[in-house]
Amino acid sequence: MTGKNAQNYNRNYLKYVAGLDPPTKHFKNCLAAFGVGGLICSIGQFFRYMLEYAGLSGDELAAAVSVILIFLGCLLTGLGVYDRIGRHAGAGSIVPITGFANSVTSPAIEFRTEGYIYGTAAKMFTVAGAIIVYGVFSGVLVGIIYCLL
Amino acid sequence: MRAEIISILLMYVKAFAVGGAICTVAQIIINITSLTSGKILVYFMLAGVVLTALGLYQPLVEFAGAGATVPICGFGYLLANGAIKGAEKGFFYAVTGPLTAASAGVTAAVVFSFIMSLLFHSKPKRN
Repeated sequence: MTGKNAQNYNRNYLKYVAGLDPPTKHFKNCLAAFGVGGLICSIGQFFRYMLEYAGLSGDELAAAVSVILIFLGCLLTGLGVYDRIGRHAGAGSIVPITGFANSVTSPAIEFRTEGYIYGTAAKMFTVAGAIIVYGVFSGVLVGIIYCLL
Repeated sequence: MRAEIISILLMYVKAFAVGGAICTVAQIIINITSLTSGKILVYFMLAGVVLTALGLYQPLVEFAGAGATVPICGFGYLLANGAIKGAEKGFFYAVTGPLTAASAGVTAAVVFSFIMSLLFHSKPKRN
């Protein structure tokens, strides 16, 4: 096959491949993200009320809620449940703080075979490291700006 | 008593709506640009820092509670809030404030992740 014939063949093949590709379900994706993300936030609100009832307040309350959600995120990742939720929920499972926990635990478990120092401990921060670096840097900038104002 | 229950239920609805809306925005961005999850997390955290510094995020936290603090923007809010509160005390606290405020979350993530990595083995990916 040469010349025009090959071009036709390529075009047909590409069309065939594009036809097999499942279409991105934008609306369904967004609905799942809204539902799961909202649900996780409602669970956070539930713990907020519970801990408020237990006598916590202010920064301590906010920190305790984050710690509980991070614990749940780590546990569900360890059990392999979180990845299954994530496959359907997309951003709904990435953006809440449980997604941050997932991004720490997941490589920690996966790279344990490479040892506890260069595997678990070093790979733990592949995503979280970026968040901490830019978070601390931008936070310090905000602090300096507010100091000068 | 009844008004109290209604206000609590309304708070759950607000947390659901605002938290869900933030996740939907992220999903739309992923659908359009196919950014990876790590980049989404960093950008949303930075958005939280910027919005807090401009004074726009605090009202949202008061309105929606966990709906605004649970998404990763809430982590940025925590960092920027630590810096702003520290700046009132002096330069040293303005610089150490962000990480001090975030210490609980980071410590929890590290400690729990390490424990989980001891308890669980990696599972084969199922599709």
